[in-house]
Amino acid sequence: MSGGVEIPVRVVAIEQATPTVKRFSLAARDGSPLPVFSAGAHVVVAMDADDRRIKNPYSLIDRSADGSTYRIGVLRTPQSRGGSVFMHDRVAVGSELTITMPVNLFPLNRTGRKHLLVAGGIGVTPIYAMAEELARQSVPYEIHYAMRDAAHGAFADELVARHGDKVRLYRDDAREVIAVDRILPNQPLGTHLYVCGPEGMINAILAGGRAAGWPEENLHAERFLAPPGGSPFALTLAKAGITTEVRGDQSLLEAIEATGVDAPFLCRGGACGQCETKVVSADGELVHNDHFLSDEEKASGAKIMTCVSRLQGRELVLDL
Amino acid sequence: MLVSNIKSRPVYGGLKVDDAARRHLVAAEGEGALAALAAFTGRPEAIARATVLYSPGGSAPQDHAAKLGALGFDDLFVMPSQPTLITRLNVILATATMGARLYAAGVEGFIGSVVAAGMAHGIDQASIRTEHRGSLARRVQCVHCKGMTDNVTVSPVVCSHCGIPLLVRDHFSRRLGAFQGVSIDAETPGDVPPAEELYA
Repeated sequence: MSGGVEIPVRVVAIEQATPTVKRFSLAARDGSPLPVFSAGAHVVVAMDADDRRIKNPYSLIDRSADGSTYRIGVLRTPQSRGGSVFMHDRVAVGSELTITMPVNLFPLNRTGRKHLLVAGGIGVTPIYAMAEELARQSVPYEIHYAMRDAAHGAFADELVARHGDKVRLYRDDAREVIAVDRILPNQPLGTHLYVCGPEGMINAILAGGRAAGWPEENLHAERFLAPPGGSPFALTLAKAGITTEVRGDQSLLEAIEATGVDAPFLCRGGACGQCETKVVSADGELVHNDHFLSDEEKASGAKIMTCVSRLQGRELVLDL
Repeated sequence: MLVSNIKSRPVYGGLKVDDAARRHLVAAEGEGALAALAAFTGRPEAIARATVLYSPGGSAPQDHAAKLGALGFDDLFVMPSQPTLITRLNVILATATMGARLYAAGVEGFIGSVVAAGMAHGIDQASIRTEHRGSLARRVQCVHCKGMTDNVTVSPVVCSHCGIPLLVRDHFSRRLGAFQGVSIDAETPGDVPPAEELYA
């Protein structure tokens, strides 16, 4: 099956971390231990809304010492397709969800000598797991965490409690910015940088690394996106001979799955490339939201990543 | 171009200057000096940020060191041997920062030693730029006694340490910077094919 083994889980605890972030503790419904994961991994959470199945990727924060629960952090983003709103408004302790096996597209480089962890906003979730792992291994690391204001630092207190002076906090409301031009130029050989956060922040941090002469091999970013919504359009799967509609609050991949077609996917965040699909024809403009296809490939219009991209127009025909 | 279906066989991408780097650390041996000259000539900004370590070896009569000196690198160290060059390189790498880029040019055994030194200081092997120049002679590790034999141009070759006749494989150890040599007559002792000149 696409996306691998699924694990039925139940929500066993919910913490309101900030006004807009909730942390959910998930346990396997059959009580068995959840698989060990490496820091930076995520799971895809399937939510059964009234009229459809929503699937969103969420980074794993941690696994309890006895292996019985995972924690994920979810930011409420009202203008998206509804997954995070569903998690915030409809999911309660006792709710049942389904998750995939953990997949890691943002791993630590094990040969690194030192690690700089940079987080913005909800991007802190994989960074939190990475910091835990580095602390356990006694490898040198620093954490730089930018947030809107003190109330929106979903993990600030925990990070400082666990990692002390290795943590540097930056508050937008106090006009504090991560000074990449001071932090990056004098790092020793073998340092790796990991950044997760809003697109603009990721680009600024990576640009700072390049300006300081860092090689690409040492710069790592998680550009996860929840699939954005858009306008509805008609979808035809040429091989299956199925025509359906992709609703505005549905991703292309979710609409394909709703027809019963087992389409390929892995990250559901536009990063891994697993769901690459050939476009037979498009009456309208392809809206490429992924970070996998090159600019030339996007311009050619021959391929689409079904997990986050869609059509602005009338009809899309896919080679599925 | 050397082609092999063994994945560990190194591929040398050429000595392309990375303009983003703040410091260029260039280690060259013998004819490798010509690769360094080709890469840096006409690039004054890169030359002003470059530290070059050069061991002339068998190319001493061509006096490539003088040509390197004439280009005006920020620093040029002409070293008496490859081991002394690697020792000096290790001292420089110990205090280098992430803005430094490592380059290696010369025979394969030398490139292997430079890459191994860089990796030992935490540099990702993929960010080290390399160019093979000069002889195809290999540095070979005997997998039985672990002894190293340099400048191997034939296969099979007799291990210079334990005397076992070795088949020289394309199987390459990045950690050691050496190709692997395995006993060629293990099943039928004494049945050793004649040595072929493969890596002159």
